[in-house]
Amino acid sequence: MKKTIITVVGKDTVGIIAKVCTYLADSSINILDISQTIVGGYFNMMMIVDMAGTSKDFNSVADDLEELGKSIGVVIKCQKEEIFDSMHRI
Amino acid sequence: MINTKEVLETNEMIEKENLDVRTITLGISLLDCISSDLEQLKKNIYNKIYESAKDLVKTGDQISREFGIPIVNKRISVTPIALVGGAACKTKEDFAQIAKTLDEVAKKVGVNFIGGYSALVSKGMTSADKLLIESIPLALSTTDVVCSSINVGSTKTGINMDAVRLMGSIVKATAEATKESDSLGCAKLVIFCNAPDDNPFMAGAFHGVTEADKIINVGVSGPGVVKTALEKVRGENFEVLCETIKKTAFKVTRVGQLVAKEASARLGVPFGIIDLSLAPTPAIGDSVADILHEIGVEHAGAPGTTAALALLNDQVKKGGVMASSYVGGLSGAFIPVSEDQGMINAVEAGCLTLEKLEAMTCVCSVGLDMIAVPGDTKDTTIAGIIADEMAIGMINQKTTAVRLIPVIGKTVGDTVEFGGLLGYAPIMPVNKFSCDEFVNRGGRIPAPVHSFKN
Repeated sequence: MKKTIITVVGKDTVGIIAKVCTYLADSSINILDISQTIVGGYFNMMMIVDMAGTSKDFNSVADDLEELGKSIGVVIKCQKEEIFDSMHRI
Repeated sequence: MINTKEVLETNEMIEKENLDVRTITLGISLLDCISSDLEQLKKNIYNKIYESAKDLVKTGDQISREFGIPIVNKRISVTPIALVGGAACKTKEDFAQIAKTLDEVAKKVGVNFIGGYSALVSKGMTSADKLLIESIPLALSTTDVVCSSINVGSTKTGINMDAVRLMGSIVKATAEATKESDSLGCAKLVIFCNAPDDNPFMAGAFHGVTEADKIINVGVSGPGVVKTALEKVRGENFEVLCETIKKTAFKVTRVGQLVAKEASARLGVPFGIIDLSLAPTPAIGDSVADILHEIGVEHAGAPGTTAALALLNDQVKKGGVMASSYVGGLSGAFIPVSEDQGMINAVEAGCLTLEKLEAMTCVCSVGLDMIAVPGDTKDTTIAGIIADEMAIGMINQKTTAVRLIPVIGKTVGDTVEFGGLLGYAPIMPVNKFSCDEFVNRGGRIPAPVHSFKN
């Protein structure tokens, strides 16, 4: 399984999760876990997704999500899970 | 499974605290390029480096993209050129031609620096070593990304004072040859005692003869991350302080280990070492001096600084050693002056002197680094400063180095701007008393006794 972490940070507005999830569904990317908080009016979301099913490569998914983020006014980052695993798990 | 807090912590380190991987350095052995024909040698060198490193930058950028971690530099280190060029080079100009070839191929593959224009002369110099050293001013003034390092001493062999005296003059000649650009050539020239074979950091990187054909070495950074972590434990005792540094160093190093493993797998080159150094940059918040301030000294250089630096260096190693399967290189806290805004502030405030920096180098890696001194500093004075620093390394069984920049045409009170990662520096005063008779004795300082430790 190729797990990727998607983080969305920005000013809260209507439909952020809907738009991100629609893109992921259209790209056959499976969401494994999702959590979301709002701190001081700022929207903070983290998703763990599985990219094994998608035909798109990592770079184009990351680019698409970055573009999508710009259109909503939030910052969307795509990172492979290993960086978090290696930093926080022994 | 990874939770939000952990993800946010990592991304904060990257976005706000300047966590980055400073460099992926590809070490390449050039021993199999040796030829007695200079043209053939240059061709062999160009081809081997090009073939080995053509995917380095692309691979580094892709890893950076996928993990969301900046990889600031991609670099190449090669076998010391004095060994490679000895059979073909009969003049200084011949050696400088090899530097040109290194410069061309480095630019072709897109790396930031190429290191290894080096000679290892800790006990004596061959004629090739001497020619290479004499060619340094020409080589560094006619190339852009070539870095040079000379090892003039070691704990096992003592200090080659003939080489030290020669390097005093070469540093000055390099400054003179590059005076149009504020003697920038000297920023790419470092003189070592106990130089490691696998250092990924410039200007001192070279690919030692004990290494494999090719190797990936990674240098991590992250002073800003340590400083931010320490802000949360203000006023706590040394136990808490040290634990915090260790934990942070562990996390930072793990990122380096991941990047090194990935780069090694993708390039098909064995993983060498992680260099656990805290390497500052001129960016605000990316400063080792700021960590010292956070530990509790008003400015770097104040009483207590050497002790603070000693504990910082040791805790970084303790945390980092467990995070990586192989640790090497220089591994410690760097204290370059021009590359660290906090150090520059300390010099400008009158708190940090050359003598205090020398004391600080006793407890950290690497040495007197990126220090601008007046352009009229005598050759023998520079040699004397080098000899002092080499002695610290020799006696304490550690790597020490000198990267001094006598800025031609400038003096105390002036500032010199190097740009980029090299930063800017106020010119620091140098002790005016003479050491001519000491430096001009010639010969070697014998290796120290390895017993009766005091």
